[in-house]
Amino acid sequence: MTSTVRVSDVTKAYGRVEAVRGASFALGQGELVALIGHNGAGKTTLMKLMLGLIRPSKGAIEVLGDNPAAGEFAGRRQLGYLPENVSFDPALTGRETQAFYARLKREPVAKALDLLDAVGLGAASRRRVSTYSKGMRQRLGLAQALLGAPRVLLLDEPTTGLDPELRQTFYDIIARLAAAGATVLLSSHALTELEERAGRVIIMNRGIKVADGSINELRRLARLPTRIRLKVAGLAPSEMPTWAPQDTTCRRLNGHIVEIDAAPERKIELLHRATAAGNAVEDVDVVPPTLDELYAHFLRQSEQAP
Amino acid sequence: MNVLIIAAKEIHQAIRNRWVLAATLLLAGLALSLTFLGSAPTGNVGVRALDVVVVSLSSLTIFLVPLIALLISHDAIVGEMERGTMLLLLSYPVARWQVLLGKFLGHLAVLAFATCLGYGAAVGALAATGSQIDNDSFLAFAAMVGSSVLLGAAFVAIGYLVSALVRDRGTAAGICIGLWLLLVLIYDMALLGVLALDQGRSISAAVLNALLLANPTDAYRLINLTGFANVSTFAGMAGLAQTSSLTIPVLLTALLGWTLLPLGLAALAFSRREL
Repeated sequence: MTSTVRVSDVTKAYGRVEAVRGASFALGQGELVALIGHNGAGKTTLMKLMLGLIRPSKGAIEVLGDNPAAGEFAGRRQLGYLPENVSFDPALTGRETQAFYARLKREPVAKALDLLDAVGLGAASRRRVSTYSKGMRQRLGLAQALLGAPRVLLLDEPTTGLDPELRQTFYDIIARLAAAGATVLLSSHALTELEERAGRVIIMNRGIKVADGSINELRRLARLPTRIRLKVAGLAPSEMPTWAPQDTTCRRLNGHIVEIDAAPERKIELLHRATAAGNAVEDVDVVPPTLDELYAHFLRQSEQAP
Repeated sequence: MNVLIIAAKEIHQAIRNRWVLAATLLLAGLALSLTFLGSAPTGNVGVRALDVVVVSLSSLTIFLVPLIALLISHDAIVGEMERGTMLLLLSYPVARWQVLLGKFLGHLAVLAFATCLGYGAAVGALAATGSQIDNDSFLAFAAMVGSSVLLGAAFVAIGYLVSALVRDRGTAAGICIGLWLLLVLIYDMALLGVLALDQGRSISAAVLNALLLANPTDAYRLINLTGFANVSTFAGMAGLAQTSSLTIPVLLTALLGWTLLPLGLAALAFSRREL
């Protein structure tokens, strides 16, 4: 796998505050990477470093063969960026804005304007940007980021302000680009959305990379219990099923649902027990730890570490 | 190429925002009123009307053109940073100096358009009312328009330098107003005061020349009021014109320096900035 973005031991300090501390990772072609972390964790700083908008205090960055800190920008023709809270010159219309950015990337203007339809801006593209709602600005932001089949896409909170329908379209477009070999780095708070889409997750906390891997790898690392939810008939509200082992945590969710926390290696055993003959189990749900829970876990872990 | 794309967008925006219209109307309005009212002190007998217009218009230009230039340039960089549009622009394959130069060309084109059209209205009006315009006068007028644009260029560049250095738009606006007051009003008064006090004891002609070149508005004033013999008689500067060793090429070089130096420094400051 060829990497398109390489971040080697990068630290970025603003005065005494270190926004990013010793972060290292490489992003490969065709990867869809979610960058998660709370506000101030260093997500935006990392993207700005990749764009050369700021220079690292220590370490080196390479994006599509360029060193952005040295002002090299040849590779940026194949790079798309959507900043958090994207803004445009209010006096120009959506079409004029898109045409301007297309010219800067030496892309045919007609093709660029088609992207406006693809993100559903349609008729509004002839109006001035000053009349746009947050969602419409976000659509225009996406359209400009998608200009010219980018090989690297840096998207900072791309889905804020998008309605559910467009979110779906957006993720479809992103998935298609990643399948065609583009590297997509996406920061977001909407963890549930990313769960099934991101092939890889990087978790940042206070400027430090605390976890990096596919969701399954992170689940293995975190060793969080899988929750087994059982619908049991004929069980009194406070009663626990008799077959449940004493050393696992069980709780009652409501009238007839029992939830059992199963350690990864005991999952099958517990399922066997539950479905064994004679138990009045009517339904089973197996819920693996969500990205939300993994995120919280790694955050806790990094807070406890010295 | 990138420079031209950015310049074209700046012009487009200036037209949209009615900057072009406002500046042109303002300059044309003042030029026309000076043309028709300005001949009152000299009367109409034997006066070549256009020369009077050059004198009065160039005095007006010293106040107005720097002000317009600073107004459009002071937030060129810091304003785009605050609005967040610079972030996106710099993620495109453009160098920062290209952004700055593109903006400069765009703003200069707006200023040049407004000046040429606005002041051209004065000549048109004179010609329409049947005034005699000879070649000398026309040359002096053309030089006035050209140097006005150059004066504007100098102040656009100064505005960029301020814009590239400060943290927020308010500060940029404040500093630009201060600079305008200093260079347009205070500098000359202070210089006059110092000369009156000094009585020619320690300030030599060379020092005075250097002091005049150290202010773009003085360089502009000297080009227009002493550069052309027929104009300098009306301006009351004929004596100065004969003794001053500051020739037009020197003065033009000074104005050009006042454009290129701040522009270069602005590019340097901008390239070092983090956003």
